[in-house]
Amino acid sequence: MIELRELTKTFDDFLAVDRVSFSVAPGEILALLGPNGAGKTTTVRMLAAILPPTSGTAFVAGHSVVEHPQQVRQRVGLLTEHPGLYLRMRGVDYLDFFGRLMSLSERERKRQTDLLLEQLGLTEARDRRMGTYSKGMRQKMALARSMLHDPSVLLLDEPTSAMDPHSAKLVRDAILGLRSHKRAIVICTHNLAVAEALADRVAIIRRGRIIALGTLPELRRRHLGPPRMEVRLTHPVDGAGGLISDLVHVEEQGGDWLRYATPDPDRTNPLVLRALAGANVSVVTLSRVPRSLEDVYLQAVNAAGDGAPHIVEGTVVDKR
Amino acid sequence: MESGFSVTGYPVTENRAARHPVRLILVLVGREIRDTLRDWRMVIPILILTLLFPALMSVVADMALGWVARYGAPIIGDRLLPFMLMVVGFFPISFSLVIALETFVGEKERKSLEPLLATPLSDAQLYLGKTLAALIPPLLAAYLGISVYLIGLFAFKGWTPPLKLLALVLMLTTSEGLVMVSGAVVISSQTTSVRAANLLASFIIIPVAFLMQGEALIMFWANYSVLWWIVLFLVVVDAILVRMGIHIFNREFLLGREIDEPNIPYLWRTFWGYMRWRPWLFGLRMEALPRWLRWLGSIGGLYRRHIPMVLRRSWLAIVTVVMGLGLAAVLGSDYAARFPLPAGVLQLDQVSPESFSDLPAIDWLPSFTVWGVLANNVRALVGAMLLSIFSFGTMAIALLMAPLTIVFFFVAQAAYAGYDPLLFFSAFVLPHGVLELPAAVIATALAVRLGAAFMSPPKGMTVGEGWLRALADFVTVFIALIVPLLALAALIEVNVTPAVVVWAFGR
Repeated sequence: MIELRELTKTFDDFLAVDRVSFSVAPGEILALLGPNGAGKTTTVRMLAAILPPTSGTAFVAGHSVVEHPQQVRQRVGLLTEHPGLYLRMRGVDYLDFFGRLMSLSERERKRQTDLLLEQLGLTEARDRRMGTYSKGMRQKMALARSMLHDPSVLLLDEPTSAMDPHSAKLVRDAILGLRSHKRAIVICTHNLAVAEALADRVAIIRRGRIIALGTLPELRRRHLGPPRMEVRLTHPVDGAGGLISDLVHVEEQGGDWLRYATPDPDRTNPLVLRALAGANVSVVTLSRVPRSLEDVYLQAVNAAGDGAPHIVEGTVVDKR
Repeated sequence: MESGFSVTGYPVTENRAARHPVRLILVLVGREIRDTLRDWRMVIPILILTLLFPALMSVVADMALGWVARYGAPIIGDRLLPFMLMVVGFFPISFSLVIALETFVGEKERKSLEPLLATPLSDAQLYLGKTLAALIPPLLAAYLGISVYLIGLFAFKGWTPPLKLLALVLMLTTSEGLVMVSGAVVISSQTTSVRAANLLASFIIIPVAFLMQGEALIMFWANYSVLWWIVLFLVVVDAILVRMGIHIFNREFLLGREIDEPNIPYLWRTFWGYMRWRPWLFGLRMEALPRWLRWLGSIGGLYRRHIPMVLRRSWLAIVTVVMGLGLAAVLGSDYAARFPLPAGVLQLDQVSPESFSDLPAIDWLPSFTVWGVLANNVRALVGAMLLSIFSFGTMAIALLMAPLTIVFFFVAQAAYAGYDPLLFFSAFVLPHGVLELPAAVIATALAVRLGAAFMSPPKGMTVGEGWLRALADFVTVFIALIVPLLALAALIEVNVTPAVVVWAFGR
């Protein structure tokens, strides 16, 4: 439903997006993850047929963004980086206006408006001017606007920005609820938690280039190596590592714990447990060492050789 | 036409937007106008200018009529009433600038533009919708103001304007409003801040202010037919502005540009890129030539490839200029017929070599030397180029037409005086004209491209890039072709043409 090939965007001398290629199938959620200025918003604007690409191709919902921009915009719902509301308008009038621009009939507009306002918890505020809305309410109204015409492609730029935890959860649940076999969703974010919670696949973009692309398990394997397991013992045991060194390579060990990596946990872990049990070493837990998207991101960026990025409170930031 | 069920189970038929393009424009217009009228800072001035001011003007008009009648100058009163009718109509539309200037760039600053750009509205629909929304409230206010004024005058004095005059004032008001709004919307779509747009608004305010003063004079002169020509002129300008606005409307610029700071190195690199050409020397590879011979390739490339390419892409401008010359011929002949010289004024058989050498004695003519003629022609063409930038290319054509109208005026006068007009033209113009005329036509055509680049940049280029390329073409061809041709023509004009004229006509 979304297909990009070598998509590039240059502003004067500045290369904002550099030969980006990926695809998003119907029913899939792709997170485009990267710091501010990485090229996420520019990429999304090209997919929404607002900006023409400098080179490369992009097909959205079966139409080229270059040759048929109006048809693309008819099928795309875009949540912009800023809500961009008309603050003197009432919420219900605002949605009605955009519904008219999307050529929805009066019946369709009313139905969609009522449904979306209810789903996003804005029913009580519908008749108020949007200038009185909180930041979170404005963001939700913008989300409602993007979904009004039931688009087959949703492009969400920072969907949970400026939201309190409750509203953010509401929006995340709404996005998950939008997942359908007829819809492709791209989420731009620099919030790792949002990407981890929502995405089927993640594309990491930095300085205009995709430096990693795949599902989270694929990215973990590619950038962090095979899964790592941790064994916790009931008490410290000297030489515990040696008991299983024939089976696995012990990477780290402490008094009462061991860590090892294994490409095939289903086969290896029972052997490890049997070996320890055979040596009368009691095991409390055998668990997978969690490897977060943050670890993947840091490793991917380091591998790309662009210098160390920063993660601040769960969001990626970057300084050129 | 595709159709399918949405995820919510509700049928959504696609391609509806394409079937109702005008309806979408009206949706946009409706929202913008309602939003304008919600702002008390807009509504109160509208009310004052629409209701209070015209009522006041009708009272003042009544008092003024009484005053001038007391001093035996009723004609002033007769001319004052239509003039104030025009003023009353103009004042409400003057604030249309405020609405129009912030229509795009204000939304960009408030960050509400991108959602609008993401709708299926085409560039033309968006542009026309915004233009109409900026135009309609002030225009309706102007008509209302005119109505209030007329009602007041009818009540006080029983005066009603002739229908033709009323129609003229309404047309004038409408066309002025159109031009101001169209120009302001162009500015709004091309700037990155409301502040910059307000500063650039002086390009609209100053010419319109001059125009109003001229219209006021004409109103008091009571030569209303001239005002109809002004209406026509304004309608043409408006059509140009709207077309230009739609053509140069650029979503990328609206969204992407944040700062108006010019990128001089980039501009220079772009300009220089357009100035460069590939060397050519009868198909030989430049690398195979000795270094000291490679300059021949540059010359070859310039004259064999680059200049012909520039002329090819200027063909439309060249045709336009040639049509202008045709018009000059018609005008010159027409003026000659309407204003014939008295018999005996044109005595070509009295022409002698001294007739030409005495020319420098006339102060306002350039000196009749090679350098004088060359400098005059170069100055005129460069001046035409500069004026062309501010007039969408029209002044360049006008400046070439002016001297040629005079030439054809005299050609026609020669015919009325019994001389062979073809011989006259061949003797006085052709010897140097065979080089000078083509040079002037090409230079003027390149100047026209420079002015027209704002209206209609080449496909795939921004306005800036199109203009830089036109400038590069002008500079290259002017230096490499036009000036040498003009120099040769000046040489012939000073040394050969007088001899030909004397040989053909004189003693």
